[in-house]
Amino acid sequence: MPAISGKMEFDTAWSYAPAPENADHIVLKKRYELFITGKFVKPQSGKYFETLNPATGKPLAKVAEGSEADIDKAVKAARKAYTNHWSKLPAKERGKYIFRLARMIQERAREFAVIESLDGGKAIRESKGVDIPLAAAHFFYYAGWADKLNYAFPNTNPSSLGVAGQIIPWNFPLLMAAWKLAPALATGNTVVLKPAETTPLTAMKLAELIQDCDFPPGVVNIVTGAGATGAALVNHPDVDKIAFTGSTEVGKLIRRATAGTQKKITLELGGKAANIIFEDAPLDQAVEGIINGIYFNQGHVCCAGSRLLVQESVKEVIIRKLKDRMETLIVGDPLDKNTDIGAINSQQQLATIEAYLKLGQAEGAEMFQSSCPVPQNGGYWVRPTLFLNASQSHRIVQEEIFGPVLAVQSFRTVDEAVKKANNTHYGLSAGVWTDKGSKIFQMTQKMRAGVIWANTYNKFDPTAPFGGYKESGFGREGGLHGLMPYLKM
Amino acid sequence: MDNSSYNIPYPSIDQVGVAERAARLMSRSIKKEAKIFALKLALNMVDLTTLAGDDTPGKVRQLCYKAAHLHDALPGLPHVAAVCVYPNFVRIAKEAVKGTDIQVASVATAFPSGHSSRQVKIDDVKYAVDEGADEVDMVISRGRFLQGHYDFVQEEIAAVKEACGHAHLKVILETGELVTLDNIRLASDLAMDAGADFIKTSTGKIQPASTPSFTLVMLEAIRDYYYRTGRMVGMKPAGGIRTAKQAIQYLVLVRETLGEPWLSNKYFRFGASSLANDILMQLVKQETGVYQSLDYFSND
Repeated sequence: MPAISGKMEFDTAWSYAPAPENADHIVLKKRYELFITGKFVKPQSGKYFETLNPATGKPLAKVAEGSEADIDKAVKAARKAYTNHWSKLPAKERGKYIFRLARMIQERAREFAVIESLDGGKAIRESKGVDIPLAAAHFFYYAGWADKLNYAFPNTNPSSLGVAGQIIPWNFPLLMAAWKLAPALATGNTVVLKPAETTPLTAMKLAELIQDCDFPPGVVNIVTGAGATGAALVNHPDVDKIAFTGSTEVGKLIRRATAGTQKKITLELGGKAANIIFEDAPLDQAVEGIINGIYFNQGHVCCAGSRLLVQESVKEVIIRKLKDRMETLIVGDPLDKNTDIGAINSQQQLATIEAYLKLGQAEGAEMFQSSCPVPQNGGYWVRPTLFLNASQSHRIVQEEIFGPVLAVQSFRTVDEAVKKANNTHYGLSAGVWTDKGSKIFQMTQKMRAGVIWANTYNKFDPTAPFGGYKESGFGREGGLHGLMPYLKM
Repeated sequence: MDNSSYNIPYPSIDQVGVAERAARLMSRSIKKEAKIFALKLALNMVDLTTLAGDDTPGKVRQLCYKAAHLHDALPGLPHVAAVCVYPNFVRIAKEAVKGTDIQVASVATAFPSGHSSRQVKIDDVKYAVDEGADEVDMVISRGRFLQGHYDFVQEEIAAVKEACGHAHLKVILETGELVTLDNIRLASDLAMDAGADFIKTSTGKIQPASTPSFTLVMLEAIRDYYYRTGRMVGMKPAGGIRTAKQAIQYLVLVRETLGEPWLSNKYFRFGASSLANDILMQLVKQETGVYQSLDYFSND
């Protein structure tokens, strides 16, 4: 590409007026209890913690803190429901319950979307357009498998495991609950679910729907709390299966804790995906893919395209386009329909990201941030950020930041791109942008990542298996593969 | 002028990606004062157009009066950017808009098909300019373009540009006949390199005319050309933009692709005949709180 001269100007007299999604219809309780045996019960400790709105820093509700005793109660409820009811139910009846839940989520999608944005800070555009519809789609998809397991895995006589303990993260609260619950229930297991402590509200709303659906008591139990609550679930002797999505650090603890037990486990952990742009890529669409790859959900995405690898012949133009595109991103009120990037999920995560911003500069990478305005209101905000001239040995290239921060590197040949992309202890996802179909196949065969997107990024579908290599975990969620971790065959 | 030949479309365009980006931009929620601002801006960008076989001097005069007096009942309205007519009505239009800064644009070069000799096309342009046209809207030779004769098309545009003299040149690609986004991108690049002041989607005689995807690809071509040369080229989507809502969506495309400098009728126009009245209806609604029947707006 020839040299670049013209300078763009995105400051304009035409500013968009606020367009907030109506939240008047949202009813939040002051206090949320634990959901055990189909009822809302007080925690035995009597302790509650606050869940905040990260866009304001103000509390939304109090939530019960589940202890070891509560986990024990929940596991016993799940075991009883499994033995007495759920495992005896004809498979097609199981399916009906899950279909009903899927329909009810669809019917109340707007309510769920608003609560997801209030509690987690994500832009309403995403909670309405991605999180909630996908959560419903997962329940629909797995409901369909419930009575077809013999056809999914012929001649294996698949049967359920028993009680599944499931621990989910704060980045896609309802969607992760759906990823976990749908296959577990469809295969005939009962569940104890532990939502993340910063984002428990949509899970508690889901508990209300589970009641309304008339699920047999104890089939789904939801115990809120922090790390200790999760540990109690992992260590409970009567749990047959642990499914965890979260950090690699905690994943390692879980693997140690379950070693030598009968518990089956699946782990979906961190990532540091390479998003690779070749010179023959559709460049403007690739820029959009880079933006979606790293700034989707404030970068709180395990499969985020957090390492940009761009071929040197188009590096200058891609970076120019990327910077200009970043200037038009709108950071602010998660409930505003025009917001592109919402609030960072918690103060703790904000501190982590800010530490990496300092680290990247100290390591010698050149930082660029969008000049877009950010609210100054006690909420948690980070401007969309690039680090140019990053190198493989920088920690900002090696470690998962889990925020809107992109490390940019360049490469010359296909081999160099593959080498750099694979040179990480993670292996969850990657993106390849080129107009040549043959190059896409050449790349995907050589790359060690569970999901590779070609000429797009962050596309999800319940029919597609998702999971990692190396320290990104093992086991697959979604698709036919997502049934296997919940079955004996 | 860049004389490279255009055998390889570059960069390539991914249709799915373009549609997604356009859809995302069009979902922007523009309300209240931002909406009024956009509506007035859009009104000021309209090329009020009549290009029918049964056009008469009287009809053209009425159109010109409307151009300057959109809806006198509502004070503080801008007028449109230009009126767009066939060459033989340019003199009449020019007289009718005298005393305003409304431009007179004329289609030329064997509009709308573009099937004629180079000499006839040049003469057509010269006639329009001699009659007083401020702007010339030419059509490219789509047949030759699709046959791969890119140099022919580029030379033709350059020749027309020369014939325009001081008049601004808008180059109509006729996107509906170019079909693919790669073609539209290539034709945009080629027209800008040949000296186009504006690139324009369509004649309005072929469907699909202007779509958000076509427009986004052309805006991105304009941005790349600006990166490359520092020269600002204008954009004119035409055909199929009938509602105020659509107009606002197009302005969002411009705002977030090219930014502030292009948000003026110097660099962005709507080729439309019925759009103005729909915008007027919206503006009156913002003022009075109720929608009025179209009978309250003149249909010149």
